[in-house]
Amino acid sequence: MIHRHPFFIEALTALGLIAARILLPYLHVAPDTANQILIWGLFGIGFDILFGYTGLLCFGQSALYGTGGFIAAYLLINDLISSVWLALIVGALGAGLAGIAVGAIALRRTGVYFAMITVAIAEVFFFLENSPLSAWTGGENGLPGVPTPKFQIGAFSYEVGTGWSMFGFLAACYFIAMALALRIVRSPVGAVLCAVRDNPLRARAVGHAVGRYKLTAFVIAAVYAGFAGGLLGVQQGFMPPDAFTFSTSGQLVMQTAIGGIGTLFGPLAGAAVWLILRDFLQQALGFGAIWKLVLGLVFVLLVCFLRRGLIGGLQDLAKRFVAPHPAAAREPTPVPAGKASALASLGPSRRRREASFSGPALEARGLTKSFGGLVANRDIDFTVEQGELRGIIGPNGAGKSTFFKMLTCEMRPTAGRIIFHGRDITGIDVAKVCQLGLTKSYQVNQLFSRLTLRQNIVIAALAERRGAFALDLLRRLDRVPGLDVQVESTLALVDLTGRADVPVAQLTYGEKRRLEIGLALASSPSLLLLDEPLAGMSPRERAETVQLLKNVRRGRTLVVVEHDMNALFELAERVTVLHEGRILAEGASAEIQRNTLVQEAYLGGDVSA
Amino acid sequence: MPTDPEAVSIDEIFSMITWPNFVSQFFNGLASGALLALISSGLTIIYGTLGVLSLAHGAMFMLGGYAGYVAFQATGSFIVAVTGGTLCLVAVGSIIEFIIIRRFYNRPPEDQLLVTFGIGIVIVELVRAVFGSLSFTVPPPAWASGTTPMGFLIYPTYRLVVTGIAAAALAVLYLVLYRTRIGMIVRAGIEDSTTVRMLGINVDRVFMLVFGIGAMAAGFAGIVNAPVVSLTPDMGDAILVQTFVVVVIGGVGSFPGAILGGLIAGEILSLTSMVDPAYSEVMLFVVMTLVLLLRPQGLLGLPSRD
Repeated sequence: MIHRHPFFIEALTALGLIAARILLPYLHVAPDTANQILIWGLFGIGFDILFGYTGLLCFGQSALYGTGGFIAAYLLINDLISSVWLALIVGALGAGLAGIAVGAIALRRTGVYFAMITVAIAEVFFFLENSPLSAWTGGENGLPGVPTPKFQIGAFSYEVGTGWSMFGFLAACYFIAMALALRIVRSPVGAVLCAVRDNPLRARAVGHAVGRYKLTAFVIAAVYAGFAGGLLGVQQGFMPPDAFTFSTSGQLVMQTAIGGIGTLFGPLAGAAVWLILRDFLQQALGFGAIWKLVLGLVFVLLVCFLRRGLIGGLQDLAKRFVAPHPAAAREPTPVPAGKASALASLGPSRRRREASFSGPALEARGLTKSFGGLVANRDIDFTVEQGELRGIIGPNGAGKSTFFKMLTCEMRPTAGRIIFHGRDITGIDVAKVCQLGLTKSYQVNQLFSRLTLRQNIVIAALAERRGAFALDLLRRLDRVPGLDVQVESTLALVDLTGRADVPVAQLTYGEKRRLEIGLALASSPSLLLLDEPLAGMSPRERAETVQLLKNVRRGRTLVVVEHDMNALFELAERVTVLHEGRILAEGASAEIQRNTLVQEAYLGGDVSA
Repeated sequence: MPTDPEAVSIDEIFSMITWPNFVSQFFNGLASGALLALISSGLTIIYGTLGVLSLAHGAMFMLGGYAGYVAFQATGSFIVAVTGGTLCLVAVGSIIEFIIIRRFYNRPPEDQLLVTFGIGIVIVELVRAVFGSLSFTVPPPAWASGTTPMGFLIYPTYRLVVTGIAAAALAVLYLVLYRTRIGMIVRAGIEDSTTVRMLGINVDRVFMLVFGIGAMAAGFAGIVNAPVVSLTPDMGDAILVQTFVVVVIGGVGSFPGAILGGLIAGEILSLTSMVDPAYSEVMLFVVMTLVLLLRPQGLLGLPSRD
């Protein structure tokens, strides 16, 4: 949801919390229930950044919740720290450190493997708490006697009590945590996290250090979990060992899914539903232990039919009834006249340009790739001069895709070297290659499917503006210097300015193809590899794209693999022909067209045209 | 810093490892390892074929135990308990696949995790609603109770029987997977379910059966294990976690990997508990972490399956 006032959601949160304090007692909600809802809600904010924004479903948040909680409780009970605030922060930081260790192991795998590993690691923490560390943690008994916070401002002092007094303290914590989370998701890091969720492969290919961003999200979630764990001890006056159990992680996941994934407020809404329903079923209806069965059924039904949870469902409903504000569309930043000059007139690029380097843009020496016994590429020598537009053709199975993947470092060659601007890039990371100025557009679109067109371009441009990794968690996205100009000029270059705020899912195929090229362009490559840019296009779209490529090539080196020979011979001055994994011929377009060897290989011989 | 009153010296640790103790723990490890292998192979068959990691698998294990208990109460026969419980779990698994799981094949893996997690909760809470939180026991059959003298140590007979039954069940599962038509479809499905579908095989029915068989493997282990432990509605949680460790060690989607991983996990749990039971679970996770660092795809997993 885009609200034009910058602090709209923050203000709404504050009002909501104050309203809850006033209204909940009248609704006969027990203060302890309300307090627990706030703690679960705060715990869930970090989890939602991890799951909803970054796409990593972790079933081991209990480990970090317990770690933060026990650190804070231990420090307070043993009078090592007298300030509750400070102890909570130390606990949260301790959980963050634990998060680095856990994340470093668990993030080695993705998807279900990641989920399984987090479950297993959380179990270790539970065992450690229960036995080896029981001298510090109290083992099965937990840590009783956690004090409540006191405030001393001048002569005025206030001690937070239990019940509704505690609610005020927790609400303040929740508000601060939410305000911080909103800053984070609106920051460049937040944008990149969404890109990692939607398409980690492309996020890496446009130059983001995906692994480090995932770890960042994991640690953010850990810090929130640790802080919430500390609050649990403060709220109950006792740090319970069940904070570490699998069911804690499970309850968090279920509450977040019930409330709405990727909404930040979902966990709070889910916790409210969960705990209030629990009280209601147990006390009002005398359901006893069956309450959890009812909630389990509700949860399964929600996952089946209301994927986006309660808050997500409300958002969808609101979208259906409230017409989008036409004025909400941002006014495009004026682009200096002349599309090509717009890119050229960008502020100083963060990337160091090897302007003085005068050798070839790209060089491959003896490049070989074999898969077991099958040799896809054999001993390829290949040189592209700066500013050249090189075409690569070859019949199906000639090894073009393998060759291309090696050039962008997506695949490691069996033998041979790749030299880009005089620098050996063999075997380095895709993101790093992109940071050096070499990227590609894919044959099959690799877009960030849940974002808008503009947001897609922003992701790619951010990698160029900020580098592979930066921790500007509190910086606003529109404060990244030069970003707007770069995004607008890229949009103009691929002629998609008018469609900038359309979600990718609603674009036509031709527009998606142009965006695919735009993503590669937005990272300001000096060498751009295009893998069948015309694939699947109508004749008109082809003509437009050929024109686009002609515009794009100014100031860049381009290598194009393409099946459309007419287009390729029109575009490229020089063409390399691959056949059975080797270079069959190389030369000027006209030369290649006349080459009988090529005609034989490509068209099955007997060509008299 | 408080000192641990139970701290032991290295000498004391070694004094605990006696030869009979070691052998008996080794056999314990074999029994629990074979059971873990059986449960994990169920999980891995489901994941490999359907691409769904079932977080309800622990609940299936628990349900198997209770189904066996009911059948035993009704008939007093251990054999009937095992057969009845097993058939019950095939039915439960197939019905769950038919009603819910098949709607999730085209949804993101996160949704599949969420829904199977929810199904697990519902099963556990249903059992709790019917049977309460009290624990139940199933006695071992008369022919397998008592102890067996094994040279220098006396060993509970039923644990040996458990090892034998689990090994036999794994052998049957192996034969079904590698020697029958349906097994061939399942193995092909593990490699590439889209192609199997395109070959005109009615995968819907196969998938239903696969989920049933996977649930059965866990349930069968639950029944066989029932005389060794006491049944509680929450008993599946710990097993689910251990199963994850087993498949991560062995390689997800690999049937031999599940067996190897199961045996390794069983032995680690048993042998380390000779020294200090508190650390045995921790050791299990240390090994898992080592495998992840040195061979992320698992011991027998294929590198590309991620």
